[in-house]
This record gives sequence, structure tokens and C-alpha cells, in this order.
Amino acid sequence: MKELVLEYLKVFVVGGLICVIGQILLDKTKLTSARILVLFVVAGCFLGAIGIYEKLADFAGAGATVPLPGFGYNLYKGVCAEIDQNGFLGVFTGGIKAAAAGVAAAIIFGFLASLLFNAKEK
Amino acid sequence: MNKHLGGQSIKFAEPVSIVSAASVVGSKEGEGPLSRYFDVILSDILAGKKSWEKAESEILRQSLELAVKKADTELDKIDYIITGDLLNQNTGSTYGAMDLQRPMFAVFGACSTIGEALSLGAVFVDGGFAHTVLAGASSHFCAAEKQFRFPLELGTQRPPSSTWTVTGAGSFVLSKDGEAPFITGVTTGKIVDMGVKDQNNMGAAMAPAAADVIAAHFRDFKRTPGYYDCIITGDLGTVGKELLIKLLDAEGFDISKNHTDCGIEIFNPEIQDTHAGGSGCACSAVTFAGYFYSKLKKREINRVLFVPTGALLSPVSFMQGENIPSIAHAVVAENKR
Amino acid sequence: MNQSELAKERYLELVKKATPNSKILKNCVKAFIIGGLICCLGQFIHAVLERFGLSKTEVSSYTSIILVFLGAFFTGIGWYDKLGNFAGAGSIVPITGFANSVTAPAVEFKKEGFILGVGAKMFIVAGPVIVYGTLASVLVGLFYFFTR
Repeated sequence: MKELVLEYLKVFVVGGLICVIGQILLDKTKLTSARILVLFVVAGCFLGAIGIYEKLADFAGAGATVPLPGFGYNLYKGVCAEIDQNGFLGVFTGGIKAAAAGVAAAIIFGFLASLLFNAKEK
Repeated sequence: MNKHLGGQSIKFAEPVSIVSAASVVGSKEGEGPLSRYFDVILSDILAGKKSWEKAESEILRQSLELAVKKADTELDKIDYIITGDLLNQNTGSTYGAMDLQRPMFAVFGACSTIGEALSLGAVFVDGGFAHTVLAGASSHFCAAEKQFRFPLELGTQRPPSSTWTVTGAGSFVLSKDGEAPFITGVTTGKIVDMGVKDQNNMGAAMAPAAADVIAAHFRDFKRTPGYYDCIITGDLGTVGKELLIKLLDAEGFDISKNHTDCGIEIFNPEIQDTHAGGSGCACSAVTFAGYFYSKLKKREINRVLFVPTGALLSPVSFMQGENIPSIAHAVVAENKR
Repeated sequence: MNQSELAKERYLELVKKATPNSKILKNCVKAFIIGGLICCLGQFIHAVLERFGLSKTEVSSYTSIILVFLGAFFTGIGWYDKLGNFAGAGSIVPITGFANSVTAPAVEFKKEGFILGVGAKMFIVAGPVIVYGTLASVLVGLFYFFTR
């Protein structure tokens, strides 16, 4: 039980802190959310390449993989795995392959939502 | 006689009566502090239509027809319609005024549009080119968000300096014959660009344009701020108000006692989460048509300087990193000729 | 009005003073809590899926898919923008925010039709993420290829 609490505490704190970085950027730099998302994904990819993000993901699990830098880290992992398997072709196919599940899900559910729902006033 | 006055003003020989004013607003505006002054408060932000854009046109149509009805006149008697809005290519006005089938000018001055429409309408009437003119302006929160910012369902935070686009339309019938209040003069603004780029701080972008036209107005008419019971800007909000007062103070005009802003009047930011205030073409149009017009009619106030303010940006100019130039038009409304 | 560069500079100083700052501390606390909770939800989904004996990649892929579904669903029923207004980056940064940024334009631009509205506008916010994510992956891929 104690272990479980500790596990979720790590997820909560790391995930929360990554969001706090985003919030500071949002409030201090006037970057729009789209720019922050781009920044985070690219950062995750490079942090993966230099080996930092893997340690963070081992430590915090979903706390590191659910925020968008985790998506970038996933791209990095995907491209390396593809290169190991298919050589140079992997440079092209790895990233998109790794992103496939998330992107396809977003397209599918986004499309379904557009069928079912209408935009509402705030 | 020469009616042009000073550098950028007109003093009308035959003051133009504002025969009627009509305001149609959305439900959020209807929950605000000015609720009881509006003619129609819609419960459905779509106004029974299929899109935000269609809804805006419908709201404009309703307010135009209501102004005609309140003026006790008929559509045939309207010589010109002058309206404008924020949608691309003025489509809000196009579809809104289309069914009325009267000669029409669509104008664009962003949120200062009603000032532009009233100025031009009064010029038409005083010049004898028209007997009766119908002037109006509209905006719609959802349509404006969609065009200028983000899709409505996107989960973003709005900074404290941002303003909330008013859903509604305000319309006025101007005529050669009629009772007080009258439009006795106008001062037409110049485009002012003081380097503001922040789309979430429109009040700061527009305050210099308002200050410029108000100062020009005082010089042209040789008046001081004390001449007016109220100096009413369009949608500067709390940030823009502070800046305007400072800018005019530097020019030697103290308007801190009689200045008010439609964007500040129309919402209660504490309860309604509207941050710096209301904005959009409808903000000044409905607040003047609803609130200030009725105060003029009841003679609680007798002389006002109405200064709608507009930020002249487009989504393209904004994305290309251009500054946000602004404009404001001053209209004098008085109970005495 | 004097619109010289100097006057502009002075005015922008004035603007800076007059513009209220975001309540950054309060916003950060809200972002921390909501962001942390969304991650915990991800961890929970992950833990449940692990019990079905799926492979590691399958588990993380399905976790993403379920989170994306939740983001899209709550966007559709009109809750996610309210959460975003409260939590800011706390609901933008998790993958549910990615789903929100795809679903929101899809729902909004439905009126412009399913091809040029929903289809074309779906990625107006999230598109750059995929473009630059892919470019970054190619860069690190090249680096990996030549240095492994």
C-alpha cells in the first residue's frame, strides 16, 4: 500500500511539475498553447536522445509519459527501434510509426465528436 | 456655411435627431449590470440559426427592424442603411440587412463601427442627402472567437487584460425631424499605431486612438472635458481606461471625473469572468442604444461625447506580426440643439 | 498624436505598468494539481491494462488511446474548455490536451462541411506538433543512425 501511494505521488508530482513549466511559459512569455505544445514535444524528443527522459519515465511512469514531452520521447524511442530493425529507412518511418496510435486516435475520436456534438458557447 | 470645423470635425447646421435606439443582446449580456436597459435578451445564442455567423446577422436584423418600429416609421421611409461588423467582408451586415431591401452602405471600423455609422448617417441627414438613416453594428462572441482566436472548445486561459466580445446588435434611426437627443457634431479619428502587438490587450492598443480623437475634438470645438456629462469610450476596458486618462492628462485634459467605458459598464467581471471588460462592435452599440440613450431621453444626462474605439487588425496581419493600429470616432449627442 | 519610435517606446512602458499580470502562482498551483491528476489517471489506466497481460508497448499505446478518447469526449460535451479555463497548462500539456486541440476545431468547423471544415481544420492547432515532432524525430534518428 505504501509503495502504491509513493508510486502515484511520484506520478502526480512529476506530471504536475511539467505542467507548471508550461504554465509559467504561458503566463510569462505570451506563447500560445500551440507553441508550447510544439516546444514540449521537440524538447521531449531531444531529452530522450540525450538519455534524460528515459530516467524520468522510469522514475515517474505516467507522470512523464502522459504530458506532451512524453509524446516526443516516444518519437525518439520509435525512431531508434526502427533504425535498429530497418536501418536508415527507420529515420523516416520511426517517428510517425511511434506517433501512430495517438494521432490516429485523435483523428478517430475527433471526427466522431464532430459527428455527435456541436460547439457550445462559453 | 462651412460646417467643417478645425482639423477633423464637423459641426452640424441642423442637428440630427436620434429618433430611436434598439438593442438586442445575448444571454450573458442580459445577465450583466445593464440587463434592464436592453430591448431584447436572447436566450439562445444561436438565435434559432445554424451557425454563429448566421446568428449574428439575425441579431442585427432584429435590432434594425426594432429601431424602425420604435421610431414609428416604416422601412420604405429609410433612405439608407449604414451598418458594419467584425466578420470577414462584412458578411454579418450583408446577411443581416439583406432582407430589409433598402439602399445600403456596409462600413468597417472594427469595434468603432457604430461611431463611423452614426457619423456618416448624420452627415447624410444634415447634408440633405437623406431624410432618415438607419445605422447599426453587430458582433457575436462565438463568431469573433472562431475568426480571431481559437475554436470555442479549445481549453485555453484568457489573460487578465483580455476582453470579452459582446454578442448583440445596436441600431439607431437618425432623422431630420424628431426630438432630442440630437447629434450636433462629430470628430473623425485618424489611425493611430503606438506599437502594441498583443491581441490580448486591445484596450492598450486602442487607448491612444481614443486619446487622439478626444483631444482633437476638444481643440476643434474649443471645449473642455467639463462641457460633457459623460465621455463614453467604446471598449477600452479597465486597462485601456487607465491609459486613456493618463494620455489625455499629458495633453492637458482631465477626463477622470466624467469618463466611462461601455466595456466596463456592460459586464460584471467578478461574477462574469470577463476580465478587462466587454469588446466588439456591439459593445458600444448596445450600451449606447440601451443604457446611455435612455439616460439622455430621461434627461439624467444631457451632453455626451460618444467615442467608440476599434482595433484594426485581421487574423492575417496579426499572424504576420504587424502592430495593431487603432481608430476611434467621436460623436456628440446633446439634448439641446 | 506623436507616433515617433521614442513615443512608442514610452507608451509601451506605460502599457506594461497598466497591464495586470496573470496570477501566476495561483495558475501554477491549479496547473500542478490538474496536470498531476490527469497523469495519475494515466498511471491508473496503465496499471489496469497491465493486468490483461498485454505487452509493454501495447499497454502504453492503449493508455494513450484511452486518454485521447477521454480528451475528445470531454471536449465534445463542452467540459474540456471549462477545465482549460481553470487549469491552463494543467490540461493543455497532458495528451488529453492534444486530443482537445484536435477535437475543438473539428467540432467548431463542422459548419464549413466535412471536407474543408472538419477535415482541413482538424489540425490547425495540433498540426504543428506533428510537423515539428516528426522533424525532431528525424534529426535525432539521423544522429542515432550515425553514432550507434
